[in-house]
Amino acid sequence: MDILITGILLGATYSLIAMGLTLQYGVARIMNLANGEMLVAGAFGAFWVFTAQQASPFAAALVVVPGAFALNWLIYRYLLRPLVRRAKNRGMLEVDSILATFGMSFVLVGIMLMVFGGGYFTYSYLAEPFEIFGSPFALNRVVACLVAVAISGLLYWGLNGTRTGMALRALAVDPAAAGLVAIDVPRMSAFSFALGGAVTAAGGIVLSTFLTMDASIGVVFTMKALIIVIMGGVGDVRGAIVAALILGLAETAVASLIDPGLTLAAAYLLFILVLLLRPEGLFGRRQS
Amino acid sequence: MTRAEARNLALAAAAFALLAFLPFLKDSGYLLSVSVSIAMYTVLATSWALFSGPTHYISLATAAFYGLGAYVVAAGIGTISYPLLLVLAGIAGAVLALAVGVTTLRLSGVYFVIFTLGLAELIRQVVTWVQNNLTGSRGMYVLTEITERIIYWELLGLAALVYLVGWLVARSRLGFALRIIGNDELVAAHVGINSAAAKLILFVISGVFAAVVGAVMAPRYTYIEPSIAYSPELSFQVVIMALIGGAHRLWGPLVGVIPFALLWELIAARFPTQTVLLLGVAFLLIVYFIPHGVVGRIESALERLRRGTRRG
Repeated sequence: MDILITGILLGATYSLIAMGLTLQYGVARIMNLANGEMLVAGAFGAFWVFTAQQASPFAAALVVVPGAFALNWLIYRYLLRPLVRRAKNRGMLEVDSILATFGMSFVLVGIMLMVFGGGYFTYSYLAEPFEIFGSPFALNRVVACLVAVAISGLLYWGLNGTRTGMALRALAVDPAAAGLVAIDVPRMSAFSFALGGAVTAAGGIVLSTFLTMDASIGVVFTMKALIIVIMGGVGDVRGAIVAALILGLAETAVASLIDPGLTLAAAYLLFILVLLLRPEGLFGRRQS
Repeated sequence: MTRAEARNLALAAAAFALLAFLPFLKDSGYLLSVSVSIAMYTVLATSWALFSGPTHYISLATAAFYGLGAYVVAAGIGTISYPLLLVLAGIAGAVLALAVGVTTLRLSGVYFVIFTLGLAELIRQVVTWVQNNLTGSRGMYVLTEITERIIYWELLGLAALVYLVGWLVARSRLGFALRIIGNDELVAAHVGINSAAAKLILFVISGVFAAVVGAVMAPRYTYIEPSIAYSPELSFQVVIMALIGGAHRLWGPLVGVIPFALLWELIAARFPTQTVLLLGVAFLLIVYFIPHGVVGRIESALERLRRGTRRG
């Protein structure tokens, strides 16, 4: 029971990261390997606001989320658009964007190492017990989960209930066809990429309230987000949420039953199973 | 074999023979240690390019294979003779490459990249866990009488072998198939190429080389623990070196290895925290300015020159 609840709490926060990557990879078709670094940057923002300004880490969202949106828009507009134009097919774009975003991720890590140093950073926020079904859980995890659910809900409504959301979903299915029905593909791709970055940074703020981080941990979150996105089916928000919950549960189970050092191994086991059994994702459709 | 090929082969053999005498130079200590690094990166980057050059599948598993090879030596050094351990390391590399390849290579390239990205970290976690829970100690000593000189010669021999294998593959039907796969995988499937098998064979070859390099380098560390053997940086360094030089030619990676290895040593010695930044800048440089490597640049410049003279 403990494992189930902790797993769900963790999985809900993972779903936030996965949604960020879904918007970037599923819709804008950029395999963004700097995703985790954006998350860590968001976490740094929250850390700074909490320790230097003595304000709630969630207040950092007021600056971090628009900042991440602007930064990601600029990255897409000036660094990735040329690659999209240059690419002759999707495979080439993938190779180019993988290498380019690798570069960006290392540059971001380098900058963060310079600014914040190589040490771990953590702060204590709402570290008090909170009872669910008679057993205690850390309040910060519960709050983080609620915030994540709220943001995910908002995004889900945005994608399924608004005109812009519909355009984004059309783009995820087929960019060429989307252009034919008068969707401004370059503009919507940039918007989607920027939105994905903003969501990821928000995920960083949420995670920072209960996880210890350092400047170079981003790649771990990139891995997890990628595994979730593939497990859920690329471009599928509902699949991403379900997959995030599965990963959260699996990691918690392995951490508490076997060894906390093996969480990545748990994620990998899931990944291998998905690749072998359902490479198109839980809800994906098999390509004919 | 054409005349030009025979000439190139003779030139390469002469170059290797000359390089083999390097350890006999006076006061060659520092030179030798730099040469060992360069030889190591040359083997790793060239064998990486054997697979990733024609197919454009970016493998980030070099560190995993390298660490595996080093660990095979560390685990068996007291009981099994060293040459046999090198063979065992190669076999271990082949098995790992087969397992990874069978899982991911029948799917699109992205899955492969992601899988290899985390592979070194995964093995590191598992090895750490096994050592903590089953053997009790985390590190292992590799005490041998193998000097840096012997390591250098071993690496030189491996480099010659890589070039030989690469040359043979490029001449074979397999090499031709790989180039078609790299250009368009769908076309390759339509003309009856078993693309999954072709990719798997090359990935296994490159994995075996990386594992053997790890095994050769193991005596140099004397003390091996997971965080040393499985350093993820190595995978990225190798990718950068191969791509800067040009992964589409057999000798392309060598052009990238020498300057980048020297630059890396310099930066790592002076500004140890900024090596990450160097990796990032190098990746961006490759994508935006030299997508086909320095060799590609030179080739297109030569091509333009030739066309210019013909016209003029």
